[in-house]
Amino acid sequence: MGKRKLVMIGNGMAGVRVIEEILKLNHDLYEITIFGNEPHPNYNRIQLSNVLQGNTTFDETIINDLNWYESNNIELFTGEAVIGIDTNKKLVISDKGQELAYDELILATGSLPFILPVPGADKEGVIGFRDIKDCEKMIKVAKHYKKAVVIGGGLLGLEAAKGLIHLGMKVDVVHLMEHLMERQLDAVASTMLKKELEAQGMNFLMEKATIELSGTDRVEGIRFKDGTETEADLIVMAAGIKPNVSLAKDSGIYVNRGIVVNDFMETNIPHVYAVGECAEHREIVYGLVAPLYEQGKVLAQVLCNQKDQGYEGSITGTQLKVSGIDLFSAGEIYDDNTSKAIVVHNEYEGIYKKVLVRDDRIVGIVLYGDTKDSNRLFKMLNEKQDVSDITSISFLQSQEASDKNDVASMPNDEVVCGCNGISKETIVNAIQEEEVTTVEQVGGCTNAGRSCGRCKPVIQDIIAYTLGDEFAQTVEKKTVCGCTTLSRDEVVEEIREKGLTTFKEVMNVLQWKNEEGCSKCRPALNYFLGMIYPDYVDERDSRLVNEKMHANIQKDGTYSVIPRMYGGVTTAKDLRKLADIAEKYDVQLLKITGGQRIGLYGLEKEQLPAVWEDLGMPSGYAYGKTLRTVKTCVGAQFCRFGTQDSMSLGIELEKRFERLDTPHKVKMGVSACPRNCAEAGIKDVGIVGLDGGWEIYVAGNGGTDLRAGDLLCKVKTEEEVYEITGAYLQYYRETALYLERTSTWVERIGLDHVKEVLANEKTRNELNERLNQTLARYEEPWKKAVEDEEIRHAYYSKHELLKL
Amino acid sequence: MISTGTRINICKYDHLPSMIGQVFVIGHNEMAVFRLSNGNVRAIENKSPHPKGGRLADGLVSGEYVYCPIHDWIISLIDGKVQAPDRGQVKTYPIEVSGEDVYLII
Repeated sequence: MGKRKLVMIGNGMAGVRVIEEILKLNHDLYEITIFGNEPHPNYNRIQLSNVLQGNTTFDETIINDLNWYESNNIELFTGEAVIGIDTNKKLVISDKGQELAYDELILATGSLPFILPVPGADKEGVIGFRDIKDCEKMIKVAKHYKKAVVIGGGLLGLEAAKGLIHLGMKVDVVHLMEHLMERQLDAVASTMLKKELEAQGMNFLMEKATIELSGTDRVEGIRFKDGTETEADLIVMAAGIKPNVSLAKDSGIYVNRGIVVNDFMETNIPHVYAVGECAEHREIVYGLVAPLYEQGKVLAQVLCNQKDQGYEGSITGTQLKVSGIDLFSAGEIYDDNTSKAIVVHNEYEGIYKKVLVRDDRIVGIVLYGDTKDSNRLFKMLNEKQDVSDITSISFLQSQEASDKNDVASMPNDEVVCGCNGISKETIVNAIQEEEVTTVEQVGGCTNAGRSCGRCKPVIQDIIAYTLGDEFAQTVEKKTVCGCTTLSRDEVVEEIREKGLTTFKEVMNVLQWKNEEGCSKCRPALNYFLGMIYPDYVDERDSRLVNEKMHANIQKDGTYSVIPRMYGGVTTAKDLRKLADIAEKYDVQLLKITGGQRIGLYGLEKEQLPAVWEDLGMPSGYAYGKTLRTVKTCVGAQFCRFGTQDSMSLGIELEKRFERLDTPHKVKMGVSACPRNCAEAGIKDVGIVGLDGGWEIYVAGNGGTDLRAGDLLCKVKTEEEVYEITGAYLQYYRETALYLERTSTWVERIGLDHVKEVLANEKTRNELNERLNQTLARYEEPWKKAVEDEEIRHAYYSKHELLKL
Repeated sequence: MISTGTRINICKYDHLPSMIGQVFVIGHNEMAVFRLSNGNVRAIENKSPHPKGGRLADGLVSGEYVYCPIHDWIISLIDGKVQAPDRGQVKTYPIEVSGEDVYLII
């Protein structure tokens, strides 16, 4: 029997979530086809305002990329609209003339921006704020025009306005009412918000009713009922949305404001369902993602014949995604004579919190300036908890001091990410079992924080709490990974003491839980063994993939090739060679990297040895836990300010220490004067030239843990620079955790301690001696691969057996 | 066309290095073949089940699992299942070792 045919009209967040839920429940039940008006896969519409504000990119908003559709055998027609539904024959007709039969049909057509029906609304330069196309338009207009007017002082309008300010436009926000966001905020909170937004550069035209948009072809201005006017090169209509129901209506499906559905998302026509912003459930049309995801879950159950409890409606919470503004609101906003308000208002700190209580139950929340309590209070509201025993206003007070307890006291089943329904427990499990340590990683394995992003601070707190607790109980007991109960120091000590020489020996003797370890301990042990024994033979298959392949793996599984360009200095001949090779192999991208060299991107692994052979240059180790680059400024050789020869020193440092295995990547910079064009202040080792000497900075970081370097010492000669740098590197190698950057390492063990160790000449010499022994063992890996057939066969071959 | 159930001699057993994935292209299909430390040979489709895709052949091999080199998902080489808490499954292909020859059944 063939699979049943499921067709979905609309390719947005709510609809695709239904499909995801269906696939989870029963992967093989349906043959799925999706029609999407827009030329994109499913993206996170909520994040569009963040795209405008420069906080994220279009690419990052993609929730399901095309591979997802392909790997789940979903047929996706993008840029193709359905223009008719024949509910008798059970088929849909597209604008490209395609007719497709369905067994079940989902309408997930979303909503359209509400365009004020005023004269001039059809002029060029008048848009809504709804999709990627609108965003692109705003970005484009902002390049050529100066003045934008946003109509609507609600969530959408304020976020659009903030985005346009970020894009460099002057922005007026027109609002019909006396207060901004009057449906979510009371007068006090609204006034605080307005003041803050004005400080951020927004101009407000309050209590203005738009009657006409003026201009010839393109909009030039806007006229209000009170006779006033303002200029406008761009008008963004953000006065609301309306469900996109015309297709349903034309097809004879019952429509009120939205497509009317029952608790099981069924329309009045059998086998036709509606979900998301186009659906009207118990006379409510929702525009926020959390209820839509709840609807999606219910619909998926219905379609998989696992009909359980229906959807019973939601109370929604709102927040505004404008940087520097924290606000949250849910439920009722204004108190009446049946409710009582508990209010905290701290004008000094700009914090306002109001909770409305009726019959001992929370019925409304408004938080401004501090929204840490939003999830807790929202849960109390949703669950109709009895709050009669909370007699004081303590539960509204800022809990700065007891942040940790806040997370600690949070019940395990409390939902942290409302959009995706992820509980604290799920997040804690992910942190513990997956050893994830960042909000993004938590999102990666649980989906939490991936929609509106409001819960990200709470996730951060949970991470801190979960990991912090571990630290507190057993400070020493940060184990290498889940395969062992031993810490890094204990493992290293055991290796030294028992003379263990291979990872298998280590795992065997130290009773690893997992016979061959995992992707965390294998690279770590390989590093430790190499650090302890200068003549250690590297266990290549325990390396992280990039180090194993001696090339950076890219997201599509291709690789990049980045040869050394010592100190960022090259020659015409080398450049010509790079250009020729880029052409010969038709590389996808040729780019100057962040480390002052040139990368060839998008090569198949089987091409790598040939590319390396043609280049004849050493590997730049752009992939390694090792010395990456030594960035240099032009220095005294050419610069009129340069007091020292930074290029020569940088090149020498790079040549001395290249290929050295270190716990994490190491970057260096050498500047010829304190103007510091090589940015030596944010390098693991940064050298700054002075008249008659050099300053050595350490533990700087320009990446994840942004940190300015600390001055380690001042020296007079280049030889001293090499000596101190070598000793410093070796001490880092011998004492840091695996994958610990110098910045966090120095913070952990203390700069003074490092200074003390390196102050001793004998210690310095010993460290340098061990370092030099280690350096002697390395071979140039690309040359080796070119020369060694076995390596090429094992790592860089692809066997084509049958060509069709 | 290759019909289902076809037995294809992909290589000599000795040509498979231990614990290093090898890529075989058969028609439109790309397989990653692994010789495990216990000597067994396993074949899976060379495509990560992670929503963002990627290939698996270059991943780290431990016991009967391979770690996705891009997303660090743990995938069983026996049944292709992604280990919790991640979810998904990779297609697996039966392997027969007969004498010195390794056969893949497609």
